[in-house]
Amino acid sequence: MTGSILFEAIVFLLGAIICVSIAKRLGLSSVLGYLIAGVLIGPYVLGFIGNEGEDILHFAEFGVVMMLFLIGLEIEPENFWKMRKTIVGMGGIQVAGTVLLSYFLFILFGFDWKVALTFSMAVALSSTAIALQTIKEKGLLNTTFGQSSFSILLFQDTIVIFMLGALPLLASTDKPTVENSGDHVNLLQNLPLGLQTLAILVSVVAIVVAGKYLIVPMLRKVAKTGVRELLIAAALLIVFGISFLMELVGLSPALGAFLGGVVLSNSEFKHELESTLEPFKNLLLGLFFMAVGASINFIVIAKSPLTIGGILVAVIVLKALILFITGSVFKLKLNQKLLLTFSLAQVGEFAFVLLSFAFSLNILEQNQMDIMLVVTALTMTVTPIIGMINERVLLPRLGTKESINRPMDHIAKAQKVILVGFGHFGSTIGRFLRTHGVEATILDHDANRVDFLRKMGFDVYYGDATRTDLLESAGIAEANILICAMDNPEVIKQLAKTVKSNYPQVKLMVRAKNRYAAYEFLNMEIDHIYRESLETSLKLASEVLSQMGFRKYTLQRQVQNFIKYDEDSLRRLAKEDKIGDENYIFKARKELEQQEKLLEQDFKRGIVEFDSHWDSEQIRIALDDVKL
Amino acid sequence: MRKVLVLFSHPKFEKSRANAILVDKIKDKEGVTFHDLYQRYPDFNIDVDAEKALMSAHDIIIFHHPFYWYSCPPLMKQWIDMVLEFGWAYGPNGTALHAKKCLNVITTGGSRALYCEQGTNSFSVKEFLRPFEQTANLCGMQYFPPFAVMGTHKIEDKELHDYAHQYDKLIDLLQQDIALLAVNDFSFLNDIPQLNTEI
Repeated sequence: MTGSILFEAIVFLLGAIICVSIAKRLGLSSVLGYLIAGVLIGPYVLGFIGNEGEDILHFAEFGVVMMLFLIGLEIEPENFWKMRKTIVGMGGIQVAGTVLLSYFLFILFGFDWKVALTFSMAVALSSTAIALQTIKEKGLLNTTFGQSSFSILLFQDTIVIFMLGALPLLASTDKPTVENSGDHVNLLQNLPLGLQTLAILVSVVAIVVAGKYLIVPMLRKVAKTGVRELLIAAALLIVFGISFLMELVGLSPALGAFLGGVVLSNSEFKHELESTLEPFKNLLLGLFFMAVGASINFIVIAKSPLTIGGILVAVIVLKALILFITGSVFKLKLNQKLLLTFSLAQVGEFAFVLLSFAFSLNILEQNQMDIMLVVTALTMTVTPIIGMINERVLLPRLGTKESINRPMDHIAKAQKVILVGFGHFGSTIGRFLRTHGVEATILDHDANRVDFLRKMGFDVYYGDATRTDLLESAGIAEANILICAMDNPEVIKQLAKTVKSNYPQVKLMVRAKNRYAAYEFLNMEIDHIYRESLETSLKLASEVLSQMGFRKYTLQRQVQNFIKYDEDSLRRLAKEDKIGDENYIFKARKELEQQEKLLEQDFKRGIVEFDSHWDSEQIRIALDDVKL
Repeated sequence: MRKVLVLFSHPKFEKSRANAILVDKIKDKEGVTFHDLYQRYPDFNIDVDAEKALMSAHDIIIFHHPFYWYSCPPLMKQWIDMVLEFGWAYGPNGTALHAKKCLNVITTGGSRALYCEQGTNSFSVKEFLRPFEQTANLCGMQYFPPFAVMGTHKIEDKELHDYAHQYDKLIDLLQQDIALLAVNDFSFLNDIPQLNTEI
């Protein structure tokens, strides 16, 4: 039974659904839920999953690659460049400090220096998957803590390449090394170091150039076909392609994917790619966490519980200490520092790679590797729990709250506006907002138009805004205002419905093509409705009257009055639910009559006696009456 | 010939008999720019640069308006607030209006007799117009007493035409830069001898 792929899939899915929903109900991060699910279905508890857990682990690591790609998409190149100091600075301190301290620690535990060094390198790396997933889930990526964590993780992702390169130097020369270790064979292994560096640089440049001149044009072509699954295929192709190229030159695929993401972050397909890859990433990451859980070898633990327990505690304390120091050096506030300390205190997935590579080089013995693998998996399970304790118990006592680090000094930046539909109507809105420094996130589904408008310098993104996932990646969760400026009232209705039920905090401002559309929106309890022709036609009409000799100021006031009457009648009429039935027609006719009557009154009063102020005639008549 | 700018502001010009007659008389005079503010800025969105250019191009500025609640209509006040900028009309280097001449031409419903300590309005027109007088002072303009058409509620058309004729004559004098004689002896320009020779 256990061999069947279907059965395994069911086990994984059920495990995930049950454990993650329980974890979420308890207010825990989903990572913990997945990890526990993994432990439960793994070989030592329920035994549904056997040793294939490790293969799944390798496969699921792809989730990390996708996550880095997605994070890259959110970081525009100029921001990335601004981060360079924190990346090298914080990352450097963290990695160097941890390697140094844990080296002495492992010597203290009685390991050989080569083993100690390998271990300490593995320990220095934190888990990108766990840390970033948790940070993103809590929406803290834009805090100082989030940025610091991300910088350190990015540095680790880079440094791991050098670690993998250094490991063969540790291998004893008299023993033949195992040449083929599967993952780590690459084209450049036997080239001199200078050429390797060159190849790496070339491939980085290749990603940047391809992003601009190959990937974006390809996506444009695909988008124009209008076949949605082609876009999904294209998105996956990009990530796979980059990963393949990176592995070919021996770079971390995650790093390459991140770079690819950064390159594409300025393109119109940013949100489309995000929303397409998001579900794949989430599933793969979930699978990854479960595989980690399942790989915890309880037999090894049972054999030497004290050693493992000791190393586990020591490693976490040591990592936390170095992280705290790193935070102090960079003058983080205490609450941010504590968050950083606990979010990166685990040993990461790169440790699996590093350790098994070292084992294949005969640096480690089987049992040494097993112990360290177990420690790694355990730290991944324990740190989310510690992090939760930190947030629930420690931080509230400090009296500091996790505050989002957004500059609130400017109205234009403080509020997020999404503008959907960038035709003639929407583009006028966008232009006017822009002259006030408000850069709305613009979505449009016409690939040709998006292409053209981007050439004109507008930040327009391609995508169908009625899809929740696209709205999500356009940032609707943080948005204050969503403007529906599409042409088709049906599409607007659909979008408005989605937004109203899923994101009630977002203020909807809706274009109404005509009176009927306005009725429907009113009945959906949308308050801000803008009939597209009302003001323009009144403007024309008042110009006509002005040409005929009416005073402009009077006309200006009359137009405003007319709009007021008309809106009132609109609201009254909208209460008639069934538009188009006889009752409606009857009502509408009555309403029209009434409108005519109102107009007539307006006219009489407006010109002759609408305002009693500024009217000397009335006073004169009154005075005459007194005299008589 | 001196150039005259009439800044006319009336929210309901179409309803004003008195102003129709006054404006009709002077609006097409040579050398007179009749500037109808409520027609030009129905939305109150004053084009400050254009207004400043207009001011610079004229020597005599006339604030022509009905006397509403002892002051000018709101657009006139808006115009003053927007156009008379610091550093242009007043303050350091604010010399753009220096040596220009300025006066109010007003229409009031109540008669002249009501505007005194004993009258219902308690104060004189001159007192009510103090803000305009001081505005002119601050901007370095010479301020004249007002030309006023009062008691418009009861006034006959013939009388209004007489006033219009006087208004026209006043503008002639100002255009030819003829000194207004004994100007400080009178509360209203209407009363100076130069405007009362024929009548």
